[in-house]
Amino acid sequence: MTKEKRQITIFLIFSFVLLVIPFSLRESYLLNVMVFIGIHTMLAVALNLLMGYAGQISLGHAAFFGMGAYISGIFTTRFGLDPWLVIIMAALCAAAIAFAMGFPILKLKGHYLAMATLGFGIIIYIIFNETVNWTGGPSGLSGIPNLKIGELVFDNDFHNYYLVWIITLGVMLLSINLSQSRIGRALRAVHDSEVAARVMGINAWVLKVQIFTVSAFISAMAGSLYAHTMTFVAPASFGFNFSVELVTMVVVGGLGSIYGSFLGAAILTTLPEFLRVFEDFDIIIYGLMLIVITMFMPGGLISGLQLLSQKFFLKFKAKADKGA
Amino acid sequence: MLRAKNITKTFGGLTALDDVTLNVAAGSITGIIGPNGAGKTTLFNIITGIYTQTAGEVYLDDENISFFPPETLARMGLVRTFQNVEMFGQMTVLENVMVGLHTKSRSGFLSCAFKLPRQIREEKLIKEKSIRWLEFTDMTDLAGMRADSLPFGKSRLLEISRAMALEPRIILLDEPAAGLNSRETLQLAELIRRIRELGITVVLVEHDMDLVMDICETIFVLNLGKKLTQGTPREVQENPAVISAYLGVS
Ligand SMILES: Nc1ncnc2c1ncn2[C@@H]1O[C@H](COP(=O)(O)OP(=O)(O)OP(=O)(O)O)[C@@H](O)[C@H]1O
Ligand SMILES: [Mg+2]
Repeated sequence: MTKEKRQITIFLIFSFVLLVIPFSLRESYLLNVMVFIGIHTMLAVALNLLMGYAGQISLGHAAFFGMGAYISGIFTTRFGLDPWLVIIMAALCAAAIAFAMGFPILKLKGHYLAMATLGFGIIIYIIFNETVNWTGGPSGLSGIPNLKIGELVFDNDFHNYYLVWIITLGVMLLSINLSQSRIGRALRAVHDSEVAARVMGINAWVLKVQIFTVSAFISAMAGSLYAHTMTFVAPASFGFNFSVELVTMVVVGGLGSIYGSFLGAAILTTLPEFLRVFEDFDIIIYGLMLIVITMFMPGGLISGLQLLSQKFFLKFKAKADKGA
Repeated sequence: MLRAKNITKTFGGLTALDDVTLNVAAGSITGIIGPNGAGKTTLFNIITGIYTQTAGEVYLDDENISFFPPETLARMGLVRTFQNVEMFGQMTVLENVMVGLHTKSRSGFLSCAFKLPRQIREEKLIKEKSIRWLEFTDMTDLAGMRADSLPFGKSRLLEISRAMALEPRIILLDEPAAGLNSRETLQLAELIRRIRELGITVVLVEHDMDLVMDICETIFVLNLGKKLTQGTPREVQENPAVISAYLGVS
C-alpha cells in the first residue's frame, strides 16, 4: 500500500467511526460531550497549524474563538441576519483582524510573541466583558438561534453532532492536505530553520501571517458553531484559561499532527467531565501536563501511539513469519 | 556577476569587515580564505541579505541588491549553504530538497488544501525533480531518512542538493568541506566542478587549502576584516603577506 493510499484509508476509517458513533451512543450526555470534542478538535487543529507546523506560539487563540461566537450571537439575535451568512462573515472578520495584526506581531519571536498574543487575548476578553450593550457583559448573551437547513433544525445533540463533526472532518482533511503540500513543507521549514527557509525563497514573515489568518478563520468558525449549538455564550469561555487549554490540547496530542489534535481535544474535553478536581485546579493540571509531555514525549501522545502500533505490527509480522 | 563594493560591517565596537571589495566573475569558481574571525561568513551574510552592511553596496549583474532580503535574492538565483549546517531536521532528506523547489512552484493555500488537479501535477513534478537533484549529489539511497539523523558529511551534501534545486545562477558555499574526510572532500571537489559545468557561478569559503588551490580560479584573502590580497592560487600562495597572516606574524 502506498503512503498516500494508507493515509486515505486511515482518514476514511476515522470518519466512518465518528459518523456511526451516534447510533451506538444513544445517551444524549455523551453525544453532547462529543459535540464539544468536535469543536475543540477544530480549534486544536487551527492552533496546531500555527504552533506545530509554523512553530509560532499563540496564547490568545481563545479570542478568535470568542469573536466567532459573539459575532454570530450578536448579528443573529439583534439584527436577525441569516446565521449561515453570519458564520462566513464572522470567520472573515476574525481572519481580517488576524491578518492586520499578524504583520507587526509575527515579526516577534519566542517569548515576545507569546506576550503579544497573550495581551491580545486579554484585550479581546475585556471587550467581551465591557461592551455590555452588545455582548451582554459578564452575564452573557442568550437566545441565539439554532442553525437550520430548510426544515432540518439543529436543535438536539444528535443533529448537532453531525453538524459539528462533518465540518470538523472537513477541516481536518483540508489541514492534512495542506500540511503535506508545498505550503506545509514551507511551514515546517520555517519551523526548523527560518534563515534556511528564507534562503530557499520562502517569505517567512508573510507565510506566518497567512497561516495565522487561516488559523483565526477556522477558530472563528468553531466559535460560531459553538454559539449556535449552545444558544448561549458568556465571556468566561473565551479567557486566558481557555487559550492555555488549547495550547495544552495541541501539545498533549502532538505538535504537527492533525490526528494528534483530535486526541488532545478528546482528552482535555473528557477528563474534566469525569474528574471533578479539574474544576478548581484546571490551570495547574494543564501546566503539569505541558511539562510532563514536553519532557518525556515531545511528539505528544500520538507519537507514543504510533510507536506502540509499530511495535505491535512488528511483533505480529514476526509471528506471521514464524508461522509461515 | 557578483560585486560587493567597499563593504564595512561593525558589530557594536567590533569592525568585522572594513572596506572590503569582492568581484566574482560569471561562471568562475572563486575562493575566499582567511584565518578564523576574518569576516568571511559575515561577508556571505551581507551578500545574501541576512545582515545589513554598515556601509557599501552589493550588486548582482549591475542590479543594486544591497537591501534585498534573502527570499528575494533566492528568486533572483542567489543561494547559499551554511557553515553551521541549517537543515530542516524534522523533514526527510527528500522533503528538504523539495523545499528547494518552493520558488519553482506556485500552488497556493486553496489549491493545496483542496488538492486541485493542478496542485497534484505540480507536486509530482516537484518530487521528480528533487529525486534528480538527489541523484546529482548521489544521495538517493538516503531519500527517506530524517535529515537530523544524517551523518555530518551527508548533511553538508544535502544542503548543496537543496540549494541546487533552486536552479540558482550563483551559489555561495560556506566551508562545505569542514568535517568531511579526505575521500568525501575529493568527491566534493568533483561535485563543485560539476556544478560549475552547469553554468553556475560558485563562491567558496574554505579552510582546506588543498581544495581551494585545486578548484578555484581566483582567491580573495581576508584578514581581520580587511582584504589582504586577491589573485590566482599561485599568486596567493607566494604572497608573503598571506603567509604571515596564516602564521600569525604581523
Ligand atoms: N552576529 C554577530 N554579532 C557580533 N559579532 C559577530 C557576529 N557575527 C560575526 N561576528 C564577529 O565578526 C568577526 C568575523 O566573524 P565571521 O564569522 O565572519 O568570521 P569567519 O571568517 O567566518 O571565521 P571562521 O573561519 O571561524 O568561520 C568575528 O570577530 C565574530 O566574532
Ligand atoms: Mg565563518
